[in-house]
Amino acid sequence: MTLEELEQIARDVHRENGEFDYQINVCTDLACASHGSDSVREALAAAAQATGKNVLIRKTGCMGPCSSGPMVRVDPAGTLYHRVPTSSAAKIIESLGSAPVAELQCDLNDHFDSQVRVVLENSGYIDPEKIDDYIERDGYKALVQALTEMEPADVVREVTEAGLRGRGGGGYPTGLKWSTVSKAVGDIKYVICNGDEGDPGAFMDRSVMEGDPHRVLEGMALAAFAVGASQGYIYVRAEYPVAVARLTTAIREARRRGLLGSNICNTPFTFDVEVRLGAGAFVCGEETALIASIEGKRGTPKPRPPYPAVSGLWRKPTLINNVETYANIAPIIRNGSKWFHDMGSERSKGTKVFALSGRIRNTGLIEVPLGITLREIIDRIGGGVPEGHTFKAVQTGGPSGGCIPAEMLNLGVSYDALLAAGSIMGSGGMIVMDDTSCMVSIARFFVEFCMTESCGKCIPCRAGTAQMYRLLTKICNGEATMEDLNLLVDLCETVKETSLCGLGMTAPNPVLSTLKYFRNEYIDHIVNKRCTAGVCKIGQVEEVMA
Amino acid sequence: MSSTVDIKTLVIDGKEVSARAGQTILEVARENGIEIPTLCHLDGLSDVGACRLCVVEVKGNHKLFPACVTSIFEGMEVTTQTDRLKKHRRTILELLFTERNHICSVCVSNGHCELQTLGQSQGLTHVRLPYRNPNLPVDASNERFTVDHNRCILCTRCVRVCAEVEGAHVWDVMGRGINSMVITDLNEPWGESSCTRCGKCVQVCPTGALFDKGKVGNSHPKHPDFLPYLNMMREAK
Repeated sequence: MTLEELEQIARDVHRENGEFDYQINVCTDLACASHGSDSVREALAAAAQATGKNVLIRKTGCMGPCSSGPMVRVDPAGTLYHRVPTSSAAKIIESLGSAPVAELQCDLNDHFDSQVRVVLENSGYIDPEKIDDYIERDGYKALVQALTEMEPADVVREVTEAGLRGRGGGGYPTGLKWSTVSKAVGDIKYVICNGDEGDPGAFMDRSVMEGDPHRVLEGMALAAFAVGASQGYIYVRAEYPVAVARLTTAIREARRRGLLGSNICNTPFTFDVEVRLGAGAFVCGEETALIASIEGKRGTPKPRPPYPAVSGLWRKPTLINNVETYANIAPIIRNGSKWFHDMGSERSKGTKVFALSGRIRNTGLIEVPLGITLREIIDRIGGGVPEGHTFKAVQTGGPSGGCIPAEMLNLGVSYDALLAAGSIMGSGGMIVMDDTSCMVSIARFFVEFCMTESCGKCIPCRAGTAQMYRLLTKICNGEATMEDLNLLVDLCETVKETSLCGLGMTAPNPVLSTLKYFRNEYIDHIVNKRCTAGVCKIGQVEEVMA
Repeated sequence: MSSTVDIKTLVIDGKEVSARAGQTILEVARENGIEIPTLCHLDGLSDVGACRLCVVEVKGNHKLFPACVTSIFEGMEVTTQTDRLKKHRRTILELLFTERNHICSVCVSNGHCELQTLGQSQGLTHVRLPYRNPNLPVDASNERFTVDHNRCILCTRCVRVCAEVEGAHVWDVMGRGINSMVITDLNEPWGESSCTRCGKCVQVCPTGALFDKGKVGNSHPKHPDFLPYLNMMREAK
């Protein structure tokens, strides 16, 4: 494959698509599929055939506003329809060439206007099972360019200068990680893509893998070229069967096009990817546990150092990055590091995909430039909390994160600002809470999550989270004393400071951040035996699980 | 073979000490008579850094470091006994005592138990947390040994000695988090498992979870000190 050949494919696909008068894109991502987008697509195809109109009907990945599904977009006009019932298919086909169907038109202009799509640029525009669709939108151009025109060190430098930081949550500078692995000694190196997304309320990586799988493969191939690896693994949780199927198809198609395999682009560079399934353990998202799991061992974390960059998979130098991190690589190489560096805030560059959910009008997948305020995300993009309710807090970072209260909504979203506020950026889950949410219950929910997902290796996390859960249950049941609260804080400190891996170290965050901003709710439960949100049924005995 | 040895100097608890590059804080501290409490660590087995009792402070870092798996470096300044560390160690021990059913008076290891000894040496005088009192089984199917899961602290010494020294890998851990359990083979009764009856796991078990049948209290001290000797003899061979 040469750049000319790649461009020829793109031109061919473009010409073939241009032979259709209209292109109708139907989102088949999980949320839209659960609203019946598959039957909408079939009905559209049937109606098109019946009318004899020359229409291309394409199934695509996520378009964003998941709560408004099924989503349908008609190109070239770009008319966006939402909540499309199967019965309206004929009407949509009929309207082609005349005025759009007014009652189905999506009016989420505010929702889209503040967004910048880099990672999601193809999601909703391409058929994720067709490599040529990806190539038509400049796919694999970065890889071919890098292989034919750049040295591995140039790729590392571009990524470093772009200022990209790990999108899995930690925010470690990606370029620094790449340069460490590239300098590590060893003739065998591995690259791993961490697709074990498991935070409650997070579905960014799933949508990327399902909507644009080749973007992840291209990012991994570029990484492998940069660090000198020839084998890659994508670790995906088995709960994502569609992502697994799409990635498997993508790998097969990329091999067929000669974009994976031996001597890619007639260069000495050889790289192939395998999909490995996770068996449902949250802790396998931790890099050392993930590596143990790929090796076929029990997925438990190991003390670091040695870091995977030095001794990772089968004790070889290993580069491990998140799905979204890899998804950012191709556009950085294609458009240059400066283009990426110009987006975002002082120390957090580029864009970030968030999964917006909870008590908010427009739930779904959004991508925003870093530095944007929480207020803009929640009020403008998310459309605010439901009518008649007041915003209370937003939870970021999943079970490792914290709750940010209303008075801090003007906070610009960046790794450092969220950390300073007692939360973390995390992988991108954003759960909005209003006056119907009890913060003690929320903290208890996340601690329960960490308790059941603890691997059991180290004592503070294994037994500490179980005791924290008991104390929080006591508070929720109105049976706790102020001494219990002090004990809880004490326990949080030990679990945070002495746990072996990130899961344990951050497990107390939901408790500590809610205690910081909503201490009055804890006191209310303990002293006044009252839950103002009406969530905790004080007086009724609840079974203690652990 | 290179005859040069890379020697580093560092400070542990105010005492200047020297060490070979690659040694852990724990090794160097013990060589110099500085005691750091440990539970999952055992001389002669690989380290897993799981019990977190050996955490120490290193100057310039707010983070705590497990001494058993942290390598020393030139100019390192380590503190092993601070109020912060002592408090964490007591809380960890408290978490262990309340996790299962540790009742010293009816335990075969009373007087020889590492958990009991640590409770005393670390100044644990009261338990603030509620006891969980789980209902756990006792497996006496092996003709020579018994496992009482009520006394297991999941240090995985049995797992490691069986896999690394005996080479049988009969023991492993099943389940997750608070529900983790050590098991023989694929959770077969110990007596029906592929166990070689060597008894190494019993000798390395720090509590009364694994014990010789028919032995109680003073008649059942454990002897894990065979391990470094065994390893030394194997290496010499």
